[in-house]
Amino acid sequence: MTNYIIKRIADLVFVLFGVSVLVFFMLRFIPGDAVEIMLGANVDISVERVEALRRQLGLDLPIHEQYGQWFLGLLRGDLGTSIWTGQPVATEIMARLPITLEVTLLALAFSLLVSFPIGILAASARGTWGDTIVRIISIIGLTLPSFWVGVLLLYVVSVRFPSFPAIGFVPFLEDPWGNLSRLSLPVLAVSLPIIASLSRILRSSLLEVMNADYIRTAKSKGLSARTLLYKHALRNALIPVLTIIGVQMGYLLSGVVIIEQVFAIPGLGRLIIGAISERNYPLVQGTILVVTLFFVVVNLLVDLAYAWIDPRVEYS
Amino acid sequence: MKHFFKQLYKNQVGFIGFCLCVFVCSLALFAPILKTHGPNKQNIRDRFEGPSTEHILGTDNFGRDLFSRVLYGYRTSLGVALISVSIATLIGSLIGLTSAYFGGFIDRFLMRFMDILLAFPIILLAIAIIAVLGSSSVNTAFAIAIVYTPIFARLSRGPALSLLSWDYVTAARALGASGSRIMFKHVTPNILAPILVQVTLSLSTAILVEASLSFLGLGTQPPTPSLGLMLSDSRDYMLLSPWVSLFSGLAILLASLGFNLFGDGLRDLLDPTLKNL
Repeated sequence: MTNYIIKRIADLVFVLFGVSVLVFFMLRFIPGDAVEIMLGANVDISVERVEALRRQLGLDLPIHEQYGQWFLGLLRGDLGTSIWTGQPVATEIMARLPITLEVTLLALAFSLLVSFPIGILAASARGTWGDTIVRIISIIGLTLPSFWVGVLLLYVVSVRFPSFPAIGFVPFLEDPWGNLSRLSLPVLAVSLPIIASLSRILRSSLLEVMNADYIRTAKSKGLSARTLLYKHALRNALIPVLTIIGVQMGYLLSGVVIIEQVFAIPGLGRLIIGAISERNYPLVQGTILVVTLFFVVVNLLVDLAYAWIDPRVEYS
Repeated sequence: MKHFFKQLYKNQVGFIGFCLCVFVCSLALFAPILKTHGPNKQNIRDRFEGPSTEHILGTDNFGRDLFSRVLYGYRTSLGVALISVSIATLIGSLIGLTSAYFGGFIDRFLMRFMDILLAFPIILLAIAIIAVLGSSSVNTAFAIAIVYTPIFARLSRGPALSLLSWDYVTAARALGASGSRIMFKHVTPNILAPILVQVTLSLSTAILVEASLSFLGLGTQPPTPSLGLMLSDSRDYMLLSPWVSLFSGLAILLASLGFNLFGDGLRDLLDPTLKNL
């Protein structure tokens, strides 16, 4: 197990190094002169300003030195300087990160809470109308564009309950009720596709486990269907669900980035879209790096938890 | 082929998906014939109209006919999805096959590179690529292609690797078949089934990714009709007329759902081990 953890962390370091190289070279792939594009070609800007920014971004150095400096900065938590506000990129990101994290975690918790009963119900009612309906709805749910659901929810709420605070954001510590009510619609919108896929996986893995020999043995012992399901089958059926939570986090993060535009939530999604339209590349790079780092670490934790929970997994 | 359609018909979910795909694709293909108005023709007097015999799905804030715009929107979104997934399939499977065939350093290098691409959340990688290249439907297709390439590389490498140790491949090699002959004539036909399933499912998600990017203003640019862009614009006048929001999103859902159901059905048919899942 220890060897497995060490190997996985070594993999992670390699992948993160690769990610940092790709994100670093982003600026160099921009067709044309990145600095001139950033400052805007139509604005009259002095040669000194262009050169200053070039120096600030380290673009006047040889490429390997540029990367070296940038990477050393990363290790110190220095993601560069936002070119319009002059603030450190890390500061701007840290101000927005908790907001995106809150939406993501609330959505994950909500999805788990809802998909469990649905998955169990569908599996135990296999072959009935209820099961078919759940199956069809869950396939539709998988392809449901969450930003569309968000737009529709916003419409319905603003027509029916005009006084409901549906958009914007207030910190939880300032106004817990205001915080949760504003986040309820975006969380619901991004959760639907996750609920659909989680309950689908839980259903199929429960059905698979219920066919296993040990369940048949337990059944022949005369155990009730309830005990069979909750004590014997559910635990093993949870393993595939756990493994896809890592993948789902990727979808969830993507969904949150988009839904923030619909509900005017000042998280990382709005930060990066704003940064792209301002051509604030250091901020774009930093945001992508931070979100990817988070995603990679979550995936590692899920894998480790999976190996820990299921002793049958080989740590090779 | 006839047998295949019979099987597909029996698999209800897959058949419904197939019909949806045919429906959506013909709407896009025959848009110039089916359109009732010019997709960009403005008629300020008729703006914010609900569905009627004149405008099947109503009109938008410029009085443009929504039905005709959805038809052309499908052209953009299906076009982008088809091009990007084709590129990803081609390049991804080539990378996977190369990796499996050569093994060793080449395999490790290529697969590590794919791992790095897979480390990014999908939308975020696409956003990063568009941030570099600029927003347009061509760049969107390119971005989606890059994002999906590692999926196909991984998918084709595994089965190709196991097929290479089969006796019939060893026999072909003993007969002096060249590397490319072995890979394309003997291995590729046997990994086509999972790739085909993945192509269909990827089309379903690529349609969603294209719509998401256009919704964020990073994909297709106006005045080209695009479903994501239409949905995004419709938010400004949603309280005056919710029809554009409703129908443009529904159109995205229908296309994505069709390919997803079809892919699901194909998987049942082509991969018997996954039945009942």
